[in-house]
Amino acid sequence: MNKITQKTTAAPAGLSRRKLLQASAATAGMAVGAGVIDGFPAIHAADPIVIRYAGTGVNAFRELSEQCKADTGIEIQYTTLTSDDVVKRAVTQPTSFDLLDSEYWMLKKIVPSGNLRGMDVSKVKNYDKIVPIFTKGELPDGTKTSRTGIAPIKVSYLQGAESTEFSESPTDFMTLIPTVYNADTLGIRPDLIGRPIESWKELLNPEFKGKAAILNIPSIGIMDAGMVAQAMGEITYGDMGNMTKEEIDKTIAILIEAKKAGQFRALWKEFNESVNLMASGEVVIQSMWSPAITKVRQQGINCVYQPLKEGYRAWAAGLGIPTHVDGKMLDACYEFINWYLTGWAGAFLNRQGYYTAVLDTAQAQMEPWEWAYWMEGAKAEKAVVSPTGEKIAEAGEVRDGGSYWERMGKVAVWNTVMDEDRYMVRKWNEFIAS
Amino acid sequence: MPARLAPYLLAAPLALVFLAFFLVPMVLVVVVSVFNYEAYQILIPDFTFQNYDDVFSSGVTYETYLHTAKFCVIVWLITLVLGFTIAYFLAFHIHSLTMQITLFLICTIPFWTSNVIRMISWIPLLGRNGLVNRALMSAGVVEEPQEWLLYSDFSVILGFVHLYTLFMIVPIFNSMMRIDRSLLEAAYDAGASGWQTLWNVIIPLAKPGIAIGSIFVLTIVMGDFVTVNVLGGGQIASVGKAIWTELSYLQFPPAAANAIVLLGVVILLILALMRIVDIRKEL
Repeated sequence: MNKITQKTTAAPAGLSRRKLLQASAATAGMAVGAGVIDGFPAIHAADPIVIRYAGTGVNAFRELSEQCKADTGIEIQYTTLTSDDVVKRAVTQPTSFDLLDSEYWMLKKIVPSGNLRGMDVSKVKNYDKIVPIFTKGELPDGTKTSRTGIAPIKVSYLQGAESTEFSESPTDFMTLIPTVYNADTLGIRPDLIGRPIESWKELLNPEFKGKAAILNIPSIGIMDAGMVAQAMGEITYGDMGNMTKEEIDKTIAILIEAKKAGQFRALWKEFNESVNLMASGEVVIQSMWSPAITKVRQQGINCVYQPLKEGYRAWAAGLGIPTHVDGKMLDACYEFINWYLTGWAGAFLNRQGYYTAVLDTAQAQMEPWEWAYWMEGAKAEKAVVSPTGEKIAEAGEVRDGGSYWERMGKVAVWNTVMDEDRYMVRKWNEFIAS
Repeated sequence: MPARLAPYLLAAPLALVFLAFFLVPMVLVVVVSVFNYEAYQILIPDFTFQNYDDVFSSGVTYETYLHTAKFCVIVWLITLVLGFTIAYFLAFHIHSLTMQITLFLICTIPFWTSNVIRMISWIPLLGRNGLVNRALMSAGVVEEPQEWLLYSDFSVILGFVHLYTLFMIVPIFNSMMRIDRSLLEAAYDAGASGWQTLWNVIIPLAKPGIAIGSIFVLTIVMGDFVTVNVLGGGQIASVGKAIWTELSYLQFPPAAANAIVLLGVVILLILALMRIVDIRKEL
């Protein structure tokens, strides 16, 4: 029996292994080409350094690793995992990667394992320019951001380089250097809904029976469910980011009731699944991530990242260095992080619909009209094209949700790990099994 | 070297492989299943039956087993009827060996691609705007797209049947090919009808094949989580999926306890089958 279970698990693993092989083959091929053409002082050309980079894939792009190789000579080898697997990998096999692309909520599970080092902020060149969401818990204009859930500021700093305790106030040791973050909301198909959607409660509106989906990653899904339950007026949470057992029970009960009534078409776990559900019309309203919307639009299908009156559920990711990394590899990791904040990567990610941690350097790398469209909520002067070459919006359109301030200013909750995590996961399992 | 040592030495490599890759991991799973765990500490050495208690005291466990058992029975019945019929056709209605081999190879075509691809290819076919729904609607059979086609028990069972019928065909075909043809002639000469021959001669002689095929199908369906997840739209529970979910939340001890319970259930199933057919005697 055991053998058979193992056989079935081998299938998805094989798939990602193949993807990885393709990716590394591409990087290798590109490396050969880059060595011949470019005139950059390739620092590591003689002895190429390969950083093994594990993360969720939200910012794993071939273009990015190619540019990094050209600028610094460092090669990036991506391993793309689901959010839950990132945590699992970081806790159980920290030596299998050199750089971790983690989300902030995961830190509450990873940091106690002692597998992440506190990063010396004096080695991060653009540290002073990182948006204050991460360093002070406020927006650049000084207004405080929401602290419901695991706001990055709560877990940004460690008490020391080798500490496993978070620090309330800024220290010289950061857990992650932020890379991308965003404000998430519901994705909808306006052509199939045909009326305005304004509230989170619409996710469980019987009107969309059999045409709704929610994501099956408990730490994130529970927050979407919380936003819905609160909007429906069913539950008023004391602290949505850290629900009590009773609040968890009530929230899950609402989900189970909806599931039994046939509200959900599917539950998704990997971002491409959400793209397919939306693009095929199986689902018209669901939890969604911004690049997934971009991907649906690239297929010529109208899909809107609908701003809702209750606000956004935000998330943030950053790069962390595991404790086993030292010497030359450690220098390379800092060099990669420094390169990441110099603008090219930031501009690239901004054009995907994400936000980058250092705004000034990214702005310098973008056309003024591009910056106005993506960051200031202005009408697009020209047709907006994604960095991978597909058209995202026509000239004259504005970004869903408007400017950076409007979006990040309306964050209601952050993705979270609750104190009652073990209980919540058990209840979530009941929802899946019901 | 004394001669009586030789057989032990000959058996040693396989025994060692078995020990290292089956017995040791199995023992580890049993050990972990009595460990404790905390959110930030995955394995705490301990001796507690709490994990088993959680498994047996939760109503979800029984619901999940019931659902998985339902899949098992339905899939087993369909693959048995299909597999037996196809094997019968191949064994008794095709007379040239070349043709038999050719048709047999055709049966294996679905196995030329990975099983994930085989599952995923059903999705555009069965979806709300998929080929089947479009054909049904343009033929005027239905007015609205049929939603039960995808992300339902139906699609999961369809996926299982598609994937695992071959596991029934192969052993049954093998048993049938061993049946002495003169027995069939004798039955005919004794005045048995076609059905009587089938029921009294072929089925009893094909029993070992049926039993082996059944073991394959039942054990695979009991432990499956990929098919259920992909074709069930992540909404349908199965025992394998429950274990997988626990593993992805780093809850190793309860996952191990669940795996041991599942192992026990499957062993009981196989023992029951062995009672009906003594495979070793019949082979």
